[in-house]
Amino acid sequence: MVCAPFEYLRVSGYDEAVHALAEHGEEAKLLAGGQSLGPMLALRLARPGVLIDINDIDDGQPSLDDGFLHVPALTRHATLIRSPLISRHVPLLGAVASQVGNVRVRNRGTMGGTMAHADPTAEIPCASLALDAEVVVHGQGGERTVAARDFFLTYLTTVLEPTEVVRAVRFPVLRPRQGWSFAEMVRRASDFAVVAVAASVQLDPDGDTIRTADLALAGVADRPVLGEREALASLTGTTGAQERIASVAKAVAEATSPESDVHASGSYRRRLVEVLTRRTLTEAVERARRNGGAVR
Amino acid sequence: MSKRLISLSVNGRRHDVWVSPSDLLLDVLHDELGLSEVRYGCGEGVCGTCTVEFDGEPVSACLMFAVQAEGHEIKTLSSLLGEDGSLHPLQECFLRHGAAQCGFCTPGMVVTAHCLAERGGRPTREEIRRELVGNLCRCTGYTKILDAVEEYVDTVASRKAEQPR
Repeated sequence: MVCAPFEYLRVSGYDEAVHALAEHGEEAKLLAGGQSLGPMLALRLARPGVLIDINDIDDGQPSLDDGFLHVPALTRHATLIRSPLISRHVPLLGAVASQVGNVRVRNRGTMGGTMAHADPTAEIPCASLALDAEVVVHGQGGERTVAARDFFLTYLTTVLEPTEVVRAVRFPVLRPRQGWSFAEMVRRASDFAVVAVAASVQLDPDGDTIRTADLALAGVADRPVLGEREALASLTGTTGAQERIASVAKAVAEATSPESDVHASGSYRRRLVEVLTRRTLTEAVERARRNGGAVR
Repeated sequence: MSKRLISLSVNGRRHDVWVSPSDLLLDVLHDELGLSEVRYGCGEGVCGTCTVEFDGEPVSACLMFAVQAEGHEIKTLSSLLGEDGSLHPLQECFLRHGAAQCGFCTPGMVVTAHCLAERGGRPTREEIRRELVGNLCRCTGYTKILDAVEEYVDTVASRKAEQPR
């Protein structure tokens, strides 16, 4: 497969990248990891006249900042997996990153890239919703922050303006009595998910009951979505007993209307949502119980 | 689009090549530099037959443009051979276990397994399997490939354990 010809330039800073996007307009596309853009170019699904290579930008390492883990946009998925900071403070992210593609994809794929590409079955966007992460966007007017929950609009489309770049994604750090879980159904290990579910549960610091349960789904809509709010809210004040979780999982699944495609039927996706929601909520509650706070 | 002259570091040697920006690293390595071990399988980064080492880590050469590789270290299967053309111990493991039939996937498998072993530790068979998930083989059924890599990482780990401090 041969891609359409393009001009190529490298930039070494975000201001430069934004300037180049403004200068070349619709013809320009940013090149980071290239693991999603590459196949699109090869299949000629995209034919930008100009590729702006941002891989030389040195945007630093993931770092702790004010209750958040600040992950620069060019952080490779492989870095997320190996980082002790991430396994300690945002373990859901490390677990999710290890499910992205194969080892080659993880060596090149970036945080900014997977968020900006916005594939509705992608794992990291799904996790970013469950964790209520923030996306730091760099544009001509400077920086702005967008909640991940407001960032994805539809297939491969985000709120990014044509001259904007994802600069970083900030994830709230794991708190005491908070637990997490991730599960996905894939036909082959390196595929995009058929359905993926990310869960985050916060227990009451003083007791054994659930304070909040957050859940995000990939593969059921044109973008990653949160699980049905009322169903999840009904877990508050409960101990997360199996029957309760089972009925919540059923309600979350019933609230989705996934389409059928070549990979799976809508009804099978719904069934996956129910099963994976039950499993991830259960595991998140168990992890929350083991994570800090009083031993009961 | 006009061609430009770029300088690539491949298997420890410098190569100056004229490329268009849209020329894939895969094509330049295979066609321009004659490295036939870097193969076109899917063009999408899924099959692993184009796996090369990029600054020490396996990447898909079909998802990289040659212009991107300037300033970085590329290594292919050839870099594992001895000066006298002798085989690398990992290659010998593959031969001993019958881990190659048609051989098309083999360079990608070997490069990926070599990078895994170089990272240290003693990956289990399951960890090896997961690491090789992105390298597809149509012939062997993978078992003998896993056997070969498992033997190699065990040998490397044992040797490191035996080394005097």
